[in-house]
Amino acid sequence: MTTVFITLLCIPSFVGASVCVTYTMWSIAPSASCGPFRQLKTMIQAGKRWVEELERVNPNLSVLARAHSYLVEHPFSCLSEPASFSSKRERLVNNLQNLSVGDRERMLRGMPLSLGVKSELRQEASQQERQTQSTRQIPCCSRLKYYIIIAARHGWYSWLSFLHSLQLWQVALKRVSGRFGTGVLSYFIFLKTLLFFNLFLFLVTGAFLVLPQVVHPPDPPPKNLLFTGLELLSGAGYFTDTVMYYGYYCNYTLHSTCKDHEAYIISTANETRLECPSKLSYNMPLAYFFTIGASFFITCIILVMSKSFGQSFRIDKSHSILAMKVFCSWDFKVSKKTSVELMSENICTQIKELLAEVNHKMKKKKALEVLWRATVHGLAWAICIASTVGCAFGIYFFSEYMHKNLERESRSITKEKPIVVEASMLALPVVVSVINLLVPGLFNAAAWMEDYDSPSFRTYVAISRNLMLKMSVLGVLCYHWLGRVAKSPELIGLQCWETFVGQEFYRFLIIDFIFTLLDTLFGEFLWRLGVLFTPILPAVQIIKLFLLFYIKKGSVMMNCQAPRKPYRVSQMTTVFITLLCIPSFVGASVCVTYTMWSIAPSASCGPFRQLKTMIQAGKRWVEELERVNPNLRHLSNNHLLPQSVVDGQRKIINLLQEQIQNEGDDKKWLITRLQSIHEQRRTPARKLTRLKLLMEQLLLWKNWTSSSLEVTRNKPGD
Amino acid sequence: MGTTASQLGKELLSEYQELTFLTKQEILLAHKRFTELLTKDEKDIPNVRIPMERILTLPELKSNPFRKRICLVFSTSEQKDGSLTFEDFLDLLSAFSDSATLEIKSHYAFRIFDFDDDGTLDFNDLQTLVNCLTGETDETRLTPEEMSQLINNILEESDIDKDGTVNLSEFQHVISRSPDFVSSFKIVL
Repeated sequence: MTTVFITLLCIPSFVGASVCVTYTMWSIAPSASCGPFRQLKTMIQAGKRWVEELERVNPNLSVLARAHSYLVEHPFSCLSEPASFSSKRERLVNNLQNLSVGDRERMLRGMPLSLGVKSELRQEASQQERQTQSTRQIPCCSRLKYYIIIAARHGWYSWLSFLHSLQLWQVALKRVSGRFGTGVLSYFIFLKTLLFFNLFLFLVTGAFLVLPQVVHPPDPPPKNLLFTGLELLSGAGYFTDTVMYYGYYCNYTLHSTCKDHEAYIISTANETRLECPSKLSYNMPLAYFFTIGASFFITCIILVMSKSFGQSFRIDKSHSILAMKVFCSWDFKVSKKTSVELMSENICTQIKELLAEVNHKMKKKKALEVLWRATVHGLAWAICIASTVGCAFGIYFFSEYMHKNLERESRSITKEKPIVVEASMLALPVVVSVINLLVPGLFNAAAWMEDYDSPSFRTYVAISRNLMLKMSVLGVLCYHWLGRVAKSPELIGLQCWETFVGQEFYRFLIIDFIFTLLDTLFGEFLWRLGVLFTPILPAVQIIKLFLLFYIKKGSVMMNCQAPRKPYRVSQMTTVFITLLCIPSFVGASVCVTYTMWSIAPSASCGPFRQLKTMIQAGKRWVEELERVNPNLRHLSNNHLLPQSVVDGQRKIINLLQEQIQNEGDDKKWLITRLQSIHEQRRTPARKLTRLKLLMEQLLLWKNWTSSSLEVTRNKPGD
Repeated sequence: MGTTASQLGKELLSEYQELTFLTKQEILLAHKRFTELLTKDEKDIPNVRIPMERILTLPELKSNPFRKRICLVFSTSEQKDGSLTFEDFLDLLSAFSDSATLEIKSHYAFRIFDFDDDGTLDFNDLQTLVNCLTGETDETRLTPEEMSQLINNILEESDIDKDGTVNLSEFQHVISRSPDFVSSFKIVL
């Protein structure tokens, strides 16, 4: 019991706490009149000042940071200038020696030298280090420590190489990228990321929820219905009373069965009972609650901290478009000859267009043309919004009709065959999937009418319209499940509304897969919300993603040509992750929070039966802990919000952007000043003027350094 | 440091792992592909050097317009003929790998685009670069007026010290503003 609780406590609270502490140290200004960081702009300045102090004391350390940039500027100066070669090389080896092994490796890796040279440098650095170290005896306990550290590093590297060896779909991805480029590849990489995500969360729910329940089935054994093929589609029937659904899970603490010879008898004043010496007990409602909460929290952290999200949005809209186009646009991954030719053609067209744009800078658009384009855009958006609203209402009324049907069915005396009832439940998912399939076609027609200039802008508009449709459909469905079914389940003869809702999710997931292969986002939302009611749903989603990858790949290879107008890749991955994060995750967490907070669980099934709301399970446990240890009371008053992480990061990004811009401007200004001074110097001048110029130069340097320090010092406080 | 063509020793493997950005699997795959390019006689020679023509038969490089420059840049041969040893090959893959830093990639990109190897990108280098990008066919080539206009614009945008050439720092300054560069400057075996 204690092990499980400590694990469940560690993941959310530790991660959340460390995130908050980091944000506090990085961004929040400490009080000016108390504490160890008073008078500093941020707490992290304490560390930075110490590093600066070290660099002042030992100038070699600051050389380290510049050593690698020196080598970047003069890559072969070490080897091609024999006179200064040995001294520079010696200096480099000295610097390498002063670093720890890990830092040394990282620095060597980052140097643009050949492997032979790097290996020699490494040998020289470690030889000299060994010489200085051999003079002092390493005591045996620190030798043991080194062995342990070395063993740990070996273990870590082998775990990393194991992870890399699970190269899922490596060959397939290579073929796609060779033919279509990095843009199309980003979609498939997105699928792969989703798969691993689902796998990880399935392991979490499987280990903490499914496994204990499978090992200890609930006490009154459930009645077993016959298995017919329809269960795979409808999720009801045989699957109803299994670990698939919420209703199967117990609401009491599971105990391990103990053998008779191990048990001992405890007799107290009131009773005698058998006690097992090994008390392995597992509080199922608490585990259910915490596992769902922890999986959401971990998802949030992973999404916020994900690399693609961070590398996202372009900083400045560029003064150097042509230079960037020429230097950065060649995609080295493309290997098929026809694709390479196509890419060359594209680049040529783009360069010509950009040149034309640069030449005719101000293209004065006639007022009439602007008005016409505005009307067309307005009309297209009106069509899209009208169709979305129409579909939402359609689903609302259709779901109400289905609901009324079920009510009538439960009240009537002559019951229909259960298989007919189950088949009719498939109607709503089919209708929703048909809408998801057909309406985006209408959006495409509207976009064709609008005739956008840039393909990426057209893609974003299409994505946002689709998103609008999906979100409104999902909103209506959530209302139907949480607002209608959950409020009064007895009207449709349900004992366990959570299992019913779980089955609905299962049906939607399966039908959605059959109908629309593009709807990964829809599936993701369903899965995230559905995991509360159907813990095994991630497994279904995994199978679906797996099949989706192969089907999509086949379709792309057979049907598509390389794109005529190439996409900007960095934004694609960001857009995908953003779409995953904001609507599906946030929407799903809102729904789950609402369900846990307000809706009353069924009285006769599931791990939260007999409680007023699901969140009471957690509250009761906290009260239990507080009773045992009164010190914990004040801990429960701190609420950790993941929102603060996002705010902190946004603030940091803004500050860094400003800093980069300022540094760029300063650099340019300084270089022009130096240039003008050099030009003045070239003209014959008297010594006094030259001296004056040098003094001026020195003053400029001083002003520049002090002003930039001023700027950076003032910034974090704003 | 020698590499026998048949097997890669454990020590060597870990050294390569530590000094390059490649994982163990990538190094082993690179070794396999490299030995496939060797003739029967060459398989026993340590530190064997494969001539450029054979390297260029690799499907990843075959259609790349910069293939010759890539071989010349990563070659450590004294004759500057573009022949690669296994370690040069690993250097190549490391610079083009997923985990290589922006500094390394931009450094090698600069050297690849520097067709005359003088340490700066002058007018002729840029002209050759644009011709490589736009392809060999006549339809896709730029006219001389467009070419000179393009190169003047590039120099205006990126040449900060106004010496008529783009040096490494200026090149890296331009590259650092583009988030696409890191994802497009990749070759995976």
